[in-house]
Amino acid sequence: MISEFDANAFLFLLKSAQWTVMLTLTATLMGGVAGLVIALARVSHKALLRRAATFYIGVIQGVPVLVILFLAFFGVARLGLDLPAFFAAALAMSLFASGYLAEIWRGAIQSVPKPQWEASTSLALTRLQQFRYIIIPQAIRIALPPTVGFLVQLVKNTSIVSILGVVELARAGQILSVATFQPFLVFVATAALYFAICFPLSQISRRLEVKLSGYAKG
Amino acid sequence: MIIFGLNFGPVVAAAPALIDGLWLTITISFAAIVFGGSVGLAAAVGRSLAPRRLKWPVDVYVEVMRNTPLLIQLYIIFLGLPALGIRFSPIEASIIGLTINTGAYCTEIFRAGIESIHRSQIEAGLSLGLSRLQVVRYVVVVPAIIGVWPALVSQFILLTLASSVCSFISLEEISGAAYTIQSATFLNFEVYIVIGAMYLLLAAGLKSLLRLVGLYSFPGPSRRSLKKAMPSATAVRAQL
Repeated sequence: MISEFDANAFLFLLKSAQWTVMLTLTATLMGGVAGLVIALARVSHKALLRRAATFYIGVIQGVPVLVILFLAFFGVARLGLDLPAFFAAALAMSLFASGYLAEIWRGAIQSVPKPQWEASTSLALTRLQQFRYIIIPQAIRIALPPTVGFLVQLVKNTSIVSILGVVELARAGQILSVATFQPFLVFVATAALYFAICFPLSQISRRLEVKLSGYAKG
Repeated sequence: MIIFGLNFGPVVAAAPALIDGLWLTITISFAAIVFGGSVGLAAAVGRSLAPRRLKWPVDVYVEVMRNTPLLIQLYIIFLGLPALGIRFSPIEASIIGLTINTGAYCTEIFRAGIESIHRSQIEAGLSLGLSRLQVVRYVVVVPAIIGVWPALVSQFILLTLASSVCSFISLEEISGAAYTIQSATFLNFEVYIVIGAMYLLLAAGLKSLLRLVGLYSFPGPSRRSLKKAMPSATAVRAQL
């Protein structure tokens, strides 16, 4: 196929990077929705919901992403579903993201000062209205920098789905390193592409932190 | 041994391989905690003492490590460096990779701790007649470590979990052992449930242990604040 690490090979890496981005976006979207539900359950008045959410977060944060990935992959197969590996990869990354995002957002919700709850209760807002109009808008400011920071972790963690044969950036690097016999060059280039995706996100997260910290202390 | 239609018998029979894997995970994690923590502390202290225009090497190190996947770092060390004539065994490559990776995160954590020490503390230390070295040690570094201990504990737990990626460079730690067992028994789902539980226990054990280390190795008055500061859940960061 390819025998040298030339422009074509680099183009192949670049093209595979779009699957890394795609996987990250899917996991952010699905994990975000699930994470929000879990974060709300985590601060619920119902003890059972709270405990279930705490347990879920504890498990997701207590096992390696690799284990989540294999459980999703083999679990889907065990259910008799014949789906492409990308599906299992997206499922695993979403589960992973949901556990961490839920914990970030729980922290953000709980760091909204208590008088905000009391004031809105005295205004006869329902709990849903309190979340919608009072708590969530303030929590978003607090949650935004660590959420963007987590996306960096998510991008990096998608590298392990290469083990399922999904040709994203890390897998493309493996393929090229074998094809070109230039593993050092190939993996440095792969790392550079990951860096090109992650570094801007890290910087955005840092800027947001500086910019929003004034409000967040509230 | 069949629970909920899952057959755990052969997995239990493979326990010795899993225990060996567990030891290997503990070994490389411990080594990376000690080495990575030292690298982080040295880099952070060095950076804070260095003149402004000499701070960039540490910043570059931290940003490169934190914005590239551990997996690719391990590939560069284990598969890339041999092309330049530098060869490591899987365990050496794993420890080196985890160390430089964790070192970067620890640098950031220690840096935050050092920056949280107020200037007036340092001036007070100097006016008490402490030497510059004594100020660095007793006024800056030790209080900084105590201040960031909870963040360090979270980082070390994340490191232990991330060490599972070392199975990609053929290290037979827990995840590597699991992969071997599942390909021999085809009981893939069961194997990963078992090692998931092992990682959970390992993470919980490590957290308690490091908490105790913090409580008993720091001087008296700081203990109370440490007890308060310990988070009940793992940090809101994930690392690979």
